Amino acid sequence: MTGPVVVAVQGLSKSFGPLRAVDDVSFEIVQGEVFGFLGPNGSGKTTAIRMLCGLMTPTAGGAQVAGADVAREPDAVKARIGYMSQSFGLYRDLTVDENLGFYSGVYGLGTAQRERMAWAKQAMRLTELGGRLAGVLSGGQRQRLALACAMIHGPRVVFLDEPTAGVDPAARRLFWSIIHERANEGVTMIVTTHYMDEAERFDRLVFLSRGRVKALGTPAEVKRQFGGGMSLEDVFIAIQESET
Amino acid sequence: MNRARLGSMIRKEFVQMRRDPGTLRIVLAVPVLQLLLFGYAIRTDVRNLPTVVFDQSQTQESREFVQRLVATGNFEVHGAASSYRAALAAVDRGAARAAFVLPPDYARDLKRGRTAAVQVLVDASDPTASSSAIAAAQLVGQTINVEQVQRRAGVALASQLPIDVRVRPLYNPALKSNVFVVPGIIGMILSNVLIMLTAMSLVRERETGTLEQLIVTPLARTEIMLGKITPYVLVGYVQMTTVLLLGHFVFGVPVRGPLVTLYAASLLFIVANLGMGLFISTLGRTQQQVVQSAVFIMLPNVLLSGFMFPREAMPFAARAFGALLPLTYYLQLIRGIVLKGVGLRELWPQAAALAAFALGFFWFATQRFHKTLE
Repeated sequence: MTGPVVVAVQGLSKSFGPLRAVDDVSFEIVQGEVFGFLGPNGSGKTTAIRMLCGLMTPTAGGAQVAGADVAREPDAVKARIGYMSQSFGLYRDLTVDENLGFYSGVYGLGTAQRERMAWAKQAMRLTELGGRLAGVLSGGQRQRLALACAMIHGPRVVFLDEPTAGVDPAARRLFWSIIHERANEGVTMIVTTHYMDEAERFDRLVFLSRGRVKALGTPAEVKRQFGGGMSLEDVFIAIQESET
Repeated sequence: MNRARLGSMIRKEFVQMRRDPGTLRIVLAVPVLQLLLFGYAIRTDVRNLPTVVFDQSQTQESREFVQRLVATGNFEVHGAASSYRAALAAVDRGAARAAFVLPPDYARDLKRGRTAAVQVLVDASDPTASSSAIAAAQLVGQTINVEQVQRRAGVALASQLPIDVRVRPLYNPALKSNVFVVPGIIGMILSNVLIMLTAMSLVRERETGTLEQLIVTPLARTEIMLGKITPYVLVGYVQMTTVLLLGHFVFGVPVRGPLVTLYAASLLFIVANLGMGLFISTLGRTQQQVVQSAVFIMLPNVLLSGFMFPREAMPFAARAFGALLPLTYYLQLIRGIVLKGVGLRELWPQAAALAAFALGFFWFATQRFHKTLE
């Protein structure tokens, strides 16, 4: 992949007491990629993402996201990225429009608000749902609303933490096509998942286990490197088993 | 600070408040119920203690003595006792709270210029309830003594009493305790409800996961905190006005001082409590933990602020703890304005203390709130 580097990670580490949740992780992500963070539960995916969003301070190493340093300028990072948390982080007692309006205000969109809200609802297939309370939406609709709020301010880099967990297959497929549409518009989409069958959908991916990088590259590269004919899913299971 | 961001935050809080009519109803019903409950129930002026009389004299004089005790309003004769033992038993049982025992020779002793010994038994297990009855009995005894001495010495002495003490009760001349209690209820309700509401509101965002989404936005800490408390300032004012109006029209509580000063100073008090609520919400991770911390503040609020018991009577440690509560100063302030009719000229120290609490708690809570997940 070529293009400007939008995320550069060097030796990123995070310890919680004796536990090294993220251990000396390095990679780069270029603009417009759909980049995957894979790994079993507890592999350090969420911790790594939270550091890249300025929500946690690295214990060692560092990262630049959208031109800002995550440790020194977390507020600049927050203003430039979109973040969709693992659990549904929107207000269930507000409607779709009210949630979008709230985040428009929070990101200071001003007069652009109307246009951006219309775009977000269009892009996330929520056009008919403006007046519906977020709490009564289906799992898939909630996810798309969360992505709409995370992208309302037009960030160039978006982090999605386990976005497809607990969503039915049809909604998952729709969500993935939306992610690729945004990437085609030049937005870098960084997604964590522990569904190995989603791995083929990434342009490139990193496989984490116990906080360390086990594999990095395009799905084809990772397969070539480890695999003699194995599927990606088999590759990851093999790596995981060799760990224990 | 950014006005547009703060504006969105405040708007959001108002919409959420409107979507939750249950909480809103409670917030409005609680002050009314508590006022009616406390306003009628909290009476420190105990009247009409049920009394039995063991009158062994059965004369006009002895009956007059009983009559004068009853006329003080502190005693209400519920029956006669046939013996000293029976009188005591009635008090033991709780059937009576007081007993008068008059000796057989009462009238004769009076006439002959001897000392007649009268006994008034008062159930003093509750000192507050019995003290005014005790004082009244002593006063009646003294008055009768003076009359008797005057009668024996001749009328001339009447104008020659060495000291004439006249007590004039100020501000609440009828000594009605609900007039005193109602302004305190305003402070107590404001404090307890507002602390709980804000503490819950922030920790709920933490628990449901909305806070995580909020802190990856450019919203500043001060904007989040101010956005959280602003709608509750309005809630506080509505509660306060409700209780004040009810207190005035139901319990006849006067509002003698300047209302503008009261409302302005109340803002400081409201913000101080909201700041305290925010601070408490940073102490816990779950709603349960936060409720427990809030109760830790609410109990001293009731007991140590001077709401229920006079602070003057408290030992040093309790008084020192009470001095750390905004409610302590607000009670002095609202009672001063409502009951005594004084203003900022007299009450500026209390207002200054409230301002310091408001700023201090808000600043402290903001400092403790982190826009990270660690």
